[in-house]
Amino acid sequence: MSYVPNTDADRAAMLEAIGVRNAADLFRDVPEAVRFPELDLPAPVSELEVLRELKELSEYNVDLEHAPCFLGAGAYQHFVPSVVGHIISRSEFYTAYTPYQPEISQGTLQSIFEYQSMICALTGMDAANASHYDGATALAEAAVMAVNVGRGKRRRVVVSAAVHPEYRAVVRTYTQGAGLVICGDDGNPFDLEALVELMDADTACVIVQNPSFLGYVQEPSTLRTLAKAAHDTGALLVISADPISLGLFAPPSEYGADIACGEGQALGGGLNFGGPYLGYFACREQYVHKMAGRIVGQTVDQRGERGFVLTLSAREQHIRREKASSNICSNEALMALAAAVYLTALGKSGLRKVAELCYHKAHYAAQRLATLPGYELHGQGTFFHEFPLHCPRPVQEINDYLLNEWGIIGGYDLGRNYPELANVMLVCVTEVTTQDEIDTLVEALQDIEEAL
Amino acid sequence: MKEPLIYEISSPGRIGVTLPELDVEPAPLPQDLMREDLPLPEVSEVDLVRHYVRLSQLNHGVDKGFYPLGSCTMKYNPKVNEDAARLPGFVHTHPYQDPCTVQANLFVLFHLQAFLQEISGFDRVSLQPAAGAHGELAGVLMMRAYHESRGDHARKRMLIPDSAHGTNPASTTMAGYETTEIVSDARGNVNPDALREHCDETVAGLMLTNPNTLGLFDEHVLQIAELVHGCGGLLYGDGANLNAIMGVVKPADLGFDVMHFNLHKTFSTPHGGGGPGAGPVGANERLAPFLPGPVVVRERVEDDEAADEDVYRYLLCMPESSIGRLKAFYGNFGVCLKAYTYIRMLGADGLREASENAVLNANYLLSRLKDTYPLPYDRTCMHEFVLSGHLADAPDVHTIDIAKRLMDFGFHPPTVYFPLIVDEALMIEPTETESKETLDAFAEAMIQIAQEAREHPELLHSAPHATPVSRLDEVRAARDKVLHCLKG
Repeated sequence: MSYVPNTDADRAAMLEAIGVRNAADLFRDVPEAVRFPELDLPAPVSELEVLRELKELSEYNVDLEHAPCFLGAGAYQHFVPSVVGHIISRSEFYTAYTPYQPEISQGTLQSIFEYQSMICALTGMDAANASHYDGATALAEAAVMAVNVGRGKRRRVVVSAAVHPEYRAVVRTYTQGAGLVICGDDGNPFDLEALVELMDADTACVIVQNPSFLGYVQEPSTLRTLAKAAHDTGALLVISADPISLGLFAPPSEYGADIACGEGQALGGGLNFGGPYLGYFACREQYVHKMAGRIVGQTVDQRGERGFVLTLSAREQHIRREKASSNICSNEALMALAAAVYLTALGKSGLRKVAELCYHKAHYAAQRLATLPGYELHGQGTFFHEFPLHCPRPVQEINDYLLNEWGIIGGYDLGRNYPELANVMLVCVTEVTTQDEIDTLVEALQDIEEAL
Repeated sequence: MKEPLIYEISSPGRIGVTLPELDVEPAPLPQDLMREDLPLPEVSEVDLVRHYVRLSQLNHGVDKGFYPLGSCTMKYNPKVNEDAARLPGFVHTHPYQDPCTVQANLFVLFHLQAFLQEISGFDRVSLQPAAGAHGELAGVLMMRAYHESRGDHARKRMLIPDSAHGTNPASTTMAGYETTEIVSDARGNVNPDALREHCDETVAGLMLTNPNTLGLFDEHVLQIAELVHGCGGLLYGDGANLNAIMGVVKPADLGFDVMHFNLHKTFSTPHGGGGPGAGPVGANERLAPFLPGPVVVRERVEDDEAADEDVYRYLLCMPESSIGRLKAFYGNFGVCLKAYTYIRMLGADGLREASENAVLNANYLLSRLKDTYPLPYDRTCMHEFVLSGHLADAPDVHTIDIAKRLMDFGFHPPTVYFPLIVDEALMIEPTETESKETLDAFAEAMIQIAQEAREHPELLHSAPHATPVSRLDEVRAARDKVLHCLKG
């Protein structure tokens, strides 16, 4: 099945119109020695069979509908209202391309304009783009943008060690050809103020995650100190923030951020084993022309009616080629639509409520878990929906037991990225976690100490 | 039309979803950290649904009509792909689960890597990149890492044909290289003589799209590969146009060292109004160690003697000299599932059939239009072709006018003003999933528009007439910079 409607009769008529004998004749420019190779692929199957095969296969996974899960670490399990799936399944949205022809793309363009508005609302920033691939690439683009704001003269990027380890890795991958100095991420993830020492006249930006990868909400006074230090040297403050947390906590604009970006998967995106996700990105007005990606702007048509277009394209690769601010072309438009629908469904009070549910449940879990012998919170401060839990034995050992004996997926092993945090588990609790699941986790951890 | 903004239908106190009550003791909230205002809209569920359904109706999509947008391969997106990607056993998995609990996901990714390797002839494929341009950046960084690993630090330049996609030079800059443009010859190929002059020890490589953006298969591709390799450079393949050559030729057999795929073009996953896509990157033996990771590998399970066939365990690992991660986690898994489903349903014969019909459809449409519109490169085309909208007897009419007028006939316009080497370019890619009747209807519309251009040019200048909005003022948008609708 190749979804080709041409019949043999159609093909014959078309070949005749072209003036060739058969379709193979159309490929005479391809070197003969390598033309028409055999492809060793599995024999094709019908729609019935492929669905049966995939369904059976998918059941080999342990999925989160069947196992309580305490993993977060950059990918979060949140309730996705039914309207989100139904709207993004409208094929007028999902079978369209990038809206290059605005007159027949107002649906995509207006929904992105509304999405940009909601991202500005969440972050307090002046302008947002239509999205990046995910939170990690959004952050890498923020670093590149900061270097461009400094006209390429500032070569230093200061990164907190409490930024998601994979995001830091992506920043390094993106900038490996640019000869930048990336520093700070080998420091103490609990000591943000130490980053001030690393900032100098050569610094393009300082990058901080809030809440941090370890779950803690950064102190506003510390963030303002960082912002001031950055601005005093002419550098930018970049904040990577969980968007659900912004339903409750002060937006990055309030503590002096110049760029706010992050992972938008939590906004109606589902887990999907890591992708597709959504990189949201917003900045202050004076930097709009240095921002990468698609931006939708409002205008009028010839009749004076309001309409929307892709705008400020002089920044982009299809116009500026080697002088573009980024090579980004396709982004994650459908995930941005999902985020807009999600934020609309929840609205002002709903997002706040989801954030509060996360906060209270996570605190309930932390308080219960910390009463267990050998378990205690690592570090101190306010956390949102994740917290580092010091355990009496290796996290991998605990997680294996939880999975095999209790059918529970335990938290993230921080020792994977921070040698000093061996035996520390990052536990995530959101609005979908029930009290019963939390209590069962507590019981299971007690059981481990008796069993092992 | 005029659909109000979601903020304009907001009314304080409304909400579009019900949420559960708190089932635990609340903890004290940190008042000093809290935000004061959260300016999100407040609407009921029915208002939300009507708003977005009405917005969707303002769009043109493949499911609504012909979408011959050159270079974008707007083929039909099979519905079974959507169902496959929404199977709950796949959707509800966390990227940090123990690999032993997500073997089905890793199975799909491993086999998709293998399918793409077989189709392209490359030794290894990484599914990390999230889009074509992302795969391109990966490829260029791999070329760089390869030269650096050999201590070959003098290579500073990337050669890029004048017909290349804009992403090629942009990716090159991001990777820290300078670009040198190579002119095309009179038949639309890379000019080998021009190329030869630039081939020296400062060249990192050449980025070649083949078939190129004129829709032409480069007649000198083997010679080009030889020239580039001869000076120590590498050959990058922009796989945007792979839809012409599945089962026709393996790019690795043409001398390409590294190439990206666009799953959202060639392998039928939808474009989503501008993503998500997926841009896997494949490489030959020389460059494979530098692929971005993690990739999926498998090992035979030794102790499973009872099984009839070999049993494997699937694992994530970083290639030995990897350029690193390009995004968090493992690529756009949901998109990969759709492409996997597509390849399973087509098989080898189906993929070749798709490519043959894509090329057949393009050549048929070309045969219907080449007497009406100037054809700067008159050759057998591949999956797309480029005409000029510059009609000798209608000098005031431009490609933009033809494009806008096409909308009145219910068609999405072709790609316009690209490639840059064709004056008033109209780049037309019909794909294999369109019927002869659709192609004929489009050809007739194009022919009628050419006639209108001569007789009633004002019809074109004021087009489109039948769309939700008329021509929009792009200059004003860039000047006013109204980028959101929040107050204050």
